[in-house]
Amino acid sequence: MKILVCVKQVPSRDAILRLNETSQWIQERDIAYEVNEPDAYAVEEALRIKEKLGGEVVILSMGPERAQITIKDALAKGATRAIHICDPKLEHLDPLTQCRVMAEAIRREGFDLLFTGLQSDDNGFGQTGVILGELLGVPSATIAMAVEIQPDGKTVKVKRELESGWFQWYELPLPASITIQSGLNQPRYATLKGIMEAKKKPIQKLSAANLGFDEAALTPKQHVEKVYFPVKNKKTEIIEGSAKEAAAKLAAKLKEARALV
Amino acid sequence: MKFKGVDFYNIDSLLTDEEKLTRDTVREFVETRIVPIIEDCYEKCRFPIELVKEMGELGLLGPTLPAEYGCAGLGQVAYGLVSQELERGDSGIRSFASVQGSLVMYPIYTFGSEEQRRKWLPQLAKGEKIGCFGLTEPDFGSNPAGMLTRAKRTRNGWLLNGSKAWITNGTIADVAVVWAKCEDEGNQIRGFLVEKGTKGFSAPEIHRKHSLRASVTSELIFEDCEIPEENILPGSGGLKSPLMCLSQARYGIAWGAIGAAMACYTTALEYALGRIQFDRPIASFQLQQAKFADMITEITKAQLLALQLGRLKEQGKATPAQISMAKRNNVAMALEVARTSRTILGGNGITADYPIMRHMNNLESVYTYEGTHDIHTLIIGAEVTGIQAFR
Repeated sequence: MKILVCVKQVPSRDAILRLNETSQWIQERDIAYEVNEPDAYAVEEALRIKEKLGGEVVILSMGPERAQITIKDALAKGATRAIHICDPKLEHLDPLTQCRVMAEAIRREGFDLLFTGLQSDDNGFGQTGVILGELLGVPSATIAMAVEIQPDGKTVKVKRELESGWFQWYELPLPASITIQSGLNQPRYATLKGIMEAKKKPIQKLSAANLGFDEAALTPKQHVEKVYFPVKNKKTEIIEGSAKEAAAKLAAKLKEARALV
Repeated sequence: MKFKGVDFYNIDSLLTDEEKLTRDTVREFVETRIVPIIEDCYEKCRFPIELVKEMGELGLLGPTLPAEYGCAGLGQVAYGLVSQELERGDSGIRSFASVQGSLVMYPIYTFGSEEQRRKWLPQLAKGEKIGCFGLTEPDFGSNPAGMLTRAKRTRNGWLLNGSKAWITNGTIADVAVVWAKCEDEGNQIRGFLVEKGTKGFSAPEIHRKHSLRASVTSELIFEDCEIPEENILPGSGGLKSPLMCLSQARYGIAWGAIGAAMACYTTALEYALGRIQFDRPIASFQLQQAKFADMITEITKAQLLALQLGRLKEQGKATPAQISMAKRNNVAMALEVARTSRTILGGNGITADYPIMRHMNNLESVYTYEGTHDIHTLIIGAEVTGIQAFR
């Protein structure tokens, strides 16, 4: 079983974020980064399948130089090797264009199972897994809470999380793309021995050009206009009059604000 | 709130990815496995022996030794970071790991025969066996050269007599690295592996401690204890051998103390930001801010001292006096930070609801063991003047 896991490095959940000069993204300097949470579960799930059925776990990450530590963390936990698509031209592109580049690397690599995190903690588009499935021509399942390779080795059963505590079992032929939900397992620690062994594991570095993408092919299909902190609006209005009058005024105001219909 | 460490000077940028990953692994382990239980262990005077195998699995025991003996083969800075994070949890836990790695596995690796290495190192690394180190005696602490423990040649090995005091892990140890004068070798100091259950060997625990309560401290007693020939450490000879071990352990302590200081500092900072007096958080008062400014400065200096010492050690260039400086400065710094942090928490600071008083009490031992603060002062003094003050 060859499992490809896409991991992304994102700002730490407790990082103190500031906006950059153009207010189009955050200031990336001087903040701590970590692996995107559902991606860590995806790595763990892949490692467990590898330990049961054999094969290899290949990590794929697209991101700047600093993403190396996130890749090494996955290698330290037991992944076999990694591909790092590292090119400044690929930063802040839209999901479709980024997925096109990743899909090319994945196509060259080949796989039985493709795992991505459900969504990223930074942009939160939640599109990578499904777009990759589409571009690679394989079926996708999202929000996986359990992944079971069937004894024939040709299909996979996936438990999907629905709303209100409902779940759905789904069966897909392999190869398939599955997006992993946080919490489906307990990710392991990287052991110190694993960390040292990871130093010897290969990380293949690729640029957009290596994968056959020129500037024209990387024209963004969408861009971020503005990011901003939620605006705090605190307005207090005292409604005067007797209780009855005040209640009527309040009801009218709530209707006006469409809070009451 | 999750512990994030203290990094005022972007010292992280001086670490390799492997060093950062090592630190993060140990930090996570301490956060999830040690912090939730440690106050209770401390109160009950219990060493959490159930964590030893987990520590072994993670590779925290003897982490700098090579992979062929089941160890991780870490660099010195990574090892320092392991100590720092463990001591952020508790000095007693770090003491356990320091003794196992630097004072038991290191001498077996350095002075032991290949058979001894193969027999002991993998088991000690996994935490399947526990070790202790016997150098200090009831009447010989700072002056180990005066030790009274004697080994006498017999037909099949050695006969050991004497006693050791203040031995971390003693009662729970499967093997003790014991230093004794060999009467038949001109009173040269040699190292012996004394196995649990050896006739004439006992290791009673020292009770009623107000410090390092989550760690086992013992006496070792040898009464006509027969040690087979294969249990002498063949490469050991002279006081230099145990002192080489102490250099390893002191190095780890220099880092460990930073962890204890970070724990106290971050606790005090969080408290000061939340504690309201005179309608303002106490962190807004200048007197408290001065304390934080002093503490963060001292922690940062200690970090840089430890880091450069680690880099020197990786190049094989660190001197014993440099190690003394880092141990002396950083432990005194941590003790001062613990005391200052306690004042910020007021009465709350003395309770087990916060880690500060535990760290403070622990650090009183750390200040004294592995070369007292005063002895390290004299080692540095001797280095700079060329004059030995204590011999």
